[in-house]
Amino acid sequence: MSESIIELSAAELAAKLASGEVASVDAVQAHLDHIEATDGTALDAQDRSRGTDGLNAFLHRNTEEALRVAREVDEARANGEELPELAGVPVAVKDLIVTKGQPTTAASRMLEGFMSPYDGTVTRKLRAARMPILGKTNLDEFAMGSSTEHSAFGPTRNPWDLTKIPGGSGGGSAAAVSAFQTPLALGTDTGGSIRQPAAVTGTVGVKPTYGSVSRYGVIAMASSLDQVGPCSRTVLDAALLHEVVGGHDPADSTSLPDPVGGYAQAARTGAADGGLKGLRVGVVKQLTGDGFQAGVQQRFEESLELLRRAGAEIVEVETPNFEYALGAYYLIMSSEVSSNLAKYDGVRFGLRVTPEGTPTIEKVMGASRAAGFGDEVKRRIILGTYALSAGYYDAYYGSAQQVRTLVQRDFAAAFEKADVLISPTAPTTAFDIGGVDESADPMQMYLNDIATIPTNLAGIPALSLPGGLAPEDGLPVGIQFMAPAREDARVYRAGAGLERLLAEKWGGPLWQHRGDVAGTVHDFAATAAQGGK
Amino acid sequence: MSAINREQVAHLAELARIEMTDEELARVAGELELIVSSVASVSEAAGPDVPATSHPLPLQNVFRDDVVGETLTQEEALLNAPDGQDGKFRVPAILDGE
Amino acid sequence: MSQDVLSFEEALERFDPVLGFEVHVELNTKTKMFDAAPNTFGDEPNTNITPVSLGLPGVLPVVNGKAVESAIKLGLALNCSIAEKCHFARKNYFYPDTPKNFQTSQFDEPIAYEGYLDLELEDGTEFRVEIERAHMEEDAGKLTHMGGDAGRIQNAQYSLVDYNRAGVPLIEIVTKPIEGAGERAPELARAYVAAIREIVKNLGISDARMERGNVRCDANVSLMPKGATQFGTRSETKNVNSLRAVERTVRYEIQRHAAVLAAGEKVTQETRFWHEDTRSTTAGRPKSDADDYRYFPEPDLVPVVTTADWIEEIRTTLPEPPSERRKRLKADWGYSDEEFRDVVNAGVMDEIERTIAAGASAATARKWWMGEIARLAKQREVEIAELPVAAEHVVELNQLIEGGKINDKLAKKVLGFVVDGEGTPGEIVEARGLAVVSDDGALSTAVDDAMAQMPDVVEKIRGGKVQAVGALIGPVMKATRGQADAGRVRQIILEKLGMQG
Repeated sequence: MSESIIELSAAELAAKLASGEVASVDAVQAHLDHIEATDGTALDAQDRSRGTDGLNAFLHRNTEEALRVAREVDEARANGEELPELAGVPVAVKDLIVTKGQPTTAASRMLEGFMSPYDGTVTRKLRAARMPILGKTNLDEFAMGSSTEHSAFGPTRNPWDLTKIPGGSGGGSAAAVSAFQTPLALGTDTGGSIRQPAAVTGTVGVKPTYGSVSRYGVIAMASSLDQVGPCSRTVLDAALLHEVVGGHDPADSTSLPDPVGGYAQAARTGAADGGLKGLRVGVVKQLTGDGFQAGVQQRFEESLELLRRAGAEIVEVETPNFEYALGAYYLIMSSEVSSNLAKYDGVRFGLRVTPEGTPTIEKVMGASRAAGFGDEVKRRIILGTYALSAGYYDAYYGSAQQVRTLVQRDFAAAFEKADVLISPTAPTTAFDIGGVDESADPMQMYLNDIATIPTNLAGIPALSLPGGLAPEDGLPVGIQFMAPAREDARVYRAGAGLERLLAEKWGGPLWQHRGDVAGTVHDFAATAAQGGK
Repeated sequence: MSAINREQVAHLAELARIEMTDEELARVAGELELIVSSVASVSEAAGPDVPATSHPLPLQNVFRDDVVGETLTQEEALLNAPDGQDGKFRVPAILDGE
Repeated sequence: MSQDVLSFEEALERFDPVLGFEVHVELNTKTKMFDAAPNTFGDEPNTNITPVSLGLPGVLPVVNGKAVESAIKLGLALNCSIAEKCHFARKNYFYPDTPKNFQTSQFDEPIAYEGYLDLELEDGTEFRVEIERAHMEEDAGKLTHMGGDAGRIQNAQYSLVDYNRAGVPLIEIVTKPIEGAGERAPELARAYVAAIREIVKNLGISDARMERGNVRCDANVSLMPKGATQFGTRSETKNVNSLRAVERTVRYEIQRHAAVLAAGEKVTQETRFWHEDTRSTTAGRPKSDADDYRYFPEPDLVPVVTTADWIEEIRTTLPEPPSERRKRLKADWGYSDEEFRDVVNAGVMDEIERTIAAGASAATARKWWMGEIARLAKQREVEIAELPVAAEHVVELNQLIEGGKINDKLAKKVLGFVVDGEGTPGEIVEARGLAVVSDDGALSTAVDDAMAQMPDVVEKIRGGKVQAVGALIGPVMKATRGQADAGRVRQIILEKLGMQG
């Protein structure tokens, strides 16, 4: 029973809850049980930084509250109350989003034990939609990374192969969705932190248009790039969650005034017969070929072929300035990071380290930040401080902002020729945990985001969906759709269309093939318990 | 772009208020040098006629009415304070300024 | 080592001072600059706080529209251009009173720029101060230093932080370098800050109470040898929070710089602090490379874009500028330069204006406000405007005198009771029975008594020394407890003696 519940998509579960076939409290309990079975136990009770012997997708489990909310939904339903569509459907929240009554850590030692006295806007919306929050998911510290290895509380593992990374920064949310710990999760995407984990865990992830979802209560990494979005196993589910958390928020000055909606409808249209007919799909030349793993490229081309056969028009577009995008991204992101993370100083909240003797506040701040931040966070703060400092501002930050204009122009030109753009989401499949020596070449890790970063610079929406398994390693490959700003519906339509074509080809969803690699989902708990070999 | 040395990183670390050991400074100098040299081409991408974009979408004049909203209690304000006294945040002595 | 200060006169003989001011004005909006926490003074610590004012993880700022309007008003009042488009910027520095460790301010695009302010010095000369810019920003929290010397930062063992003030809207007004003030520099400094205070108060955008820090001044001073054109090194003195202190600071810094330069030494570019107790400044930390604020556009806020229509709409709401109003009132009232200056200095211009509007003549209004009312205020050690005397009271009082109901002396008494809150002058006269004794019968008896007691005086009057009447009036007034009309008493005496009154 519980296994079949956890395999349901959010839309399917919502239907069963609505019909009374399944109780929310049972659905929540089934997911909590599965988390218990798969997330592992601490490798070192004293040292949380080592993580667990299982998935380690959750940093905090919100058991009691989730069950309480589920019970309330069941009661309300029994009383015949009108309920929101996803009421009673569990959801997980990236631990970068503040939740009143539960800890929020940003996976940093700096915020260990931090309790937010307020809810983020998206948290409030989840509560208003009466969705039980299962817990807070793991991430790279302050969302800085592409592997979730930079979590202060140990890496999250990839459900497809526990020795592999689940992507990052939102590896926890993606792994949890992929491993059936939850049907839905919220992530945040600054340079690919929703989409790249979705790609390498065989799930769906969407970065909405900048301003489509409120950032209030989302711990800022890079303000002009951050965006909250949904993680799920189906395109329709992502659309449904996007509709729950999206919309204008007066507490976020960068929030779009536009009404939210039409995403689920777009997903249903795309999945219907003829949903892709006449859709102009632009292949971004600069985001294919060199630097992309052969198996990734192969699955990408197969997807193009499927789209073509379904009546889509495939065109090639040029985006010459994308070669500067990664550099511009790292300068803008790190500059904003250096300022956004200044507030963590051990005065009002967070870790305070007091050196020996009678240190001044300056020393205490320095020691607290030294102890509270990990290497990657420090590296980016220092880079950002450098990029903004006197004498370098114009060459670095100023130029990067100009590149941003050029990237936007490239997209504008591309969207003259195409309704949506398409590319592989990430250049490779999941790599080994510990497989990248960042100190030797910090840029190596950054290259994972090469295909996702341009959309963040331009503020436009993008969706990643599973495109198959790379033949050489049997690991998931992600396909990315991009659309003009405010046209999020287009990526849902195209994504749902391709999703259906691929499911027809595979005879079901991609995850049914996980047995080929790391055991089926049904004996996954046993695999996880072995501690990932 | 000149090479980034340890002294420069020490200055940056001070601006960023992060204490660093000598080894750390040396390591970060090397890393920073690598990153900066990889991103340096950014400064050659655009001519002077290209405007800077600091916001991805062109919104303007987003204002709030001058109306008092919900506030935190003193307890909530100090909920996560490492040290407090008399309803205030307590910090060690300050070196300079006033 | 040079002597600490040179005499002011010698300093001015050898050097020309160049001044510059950064004045911070706290706005009196109901809420803070970027969040909905109340902007009120003197509340329990850390209670005027939202997650935003505390800079908690995840928070975002939203601009207070009223504060932007106030900034535009001030910009217009300072004859500035208003930016068509401007944005906020982050000024990055670590300090425990700054919750985010950056201050949200404006940098390369202030909302108002290139203006001027014409000051009137005490002797009536006008002096134009050029305004470089006025920009919006937020205030910091308040630090209390514990265990040190009298709350000073020196030798403090620890500090306590209250963030109630953090995020209160500020407008910083920056002047261009002010040359040519010469020996009048200290006076000019005072006049400038006084004028800013008056303008923001008149606009209704600030409570403008310097003792509460609503208006705070950083004074820049540098000297250059007489006739030189190259500015010297400047010092920036903070903490200058009263008009008197502004004047004294500038004077002191001129003398100190002069001593340093006269000794052939170099002035250090540094921040200094004014101390009212010693009436001197002390050095803070020197300006250095460490002051790298790494300004960049605030990514959490969007630009402010003004339109000509919007600006004109705001312009129509502006009150008459104080200096123009003064010129108009002085002409209307017909006061002499000296009379008018005294009125302005006493701070009773509004009161006089209201009193005249209520029906009194300009002379009468001045007589009361600058005379008895001013005396009562001084006696009670309060500002004149703080006394509970209304324009209507003065008018009524004057009508009672003119109607012969009371005399001047009684009127002063009545005024005292008005101040004590006993009611309107009419009510007080009624309640206390203070009306002048005009019953001739009662007066006649009192006069007879006085004449019987002083026959020698009566003889003198009869002998032609009419001025001796005064000696009789005294006892009559005494007998009637001052409620008699002295003129009428004199008339009765002369009638009784058969002489023409």
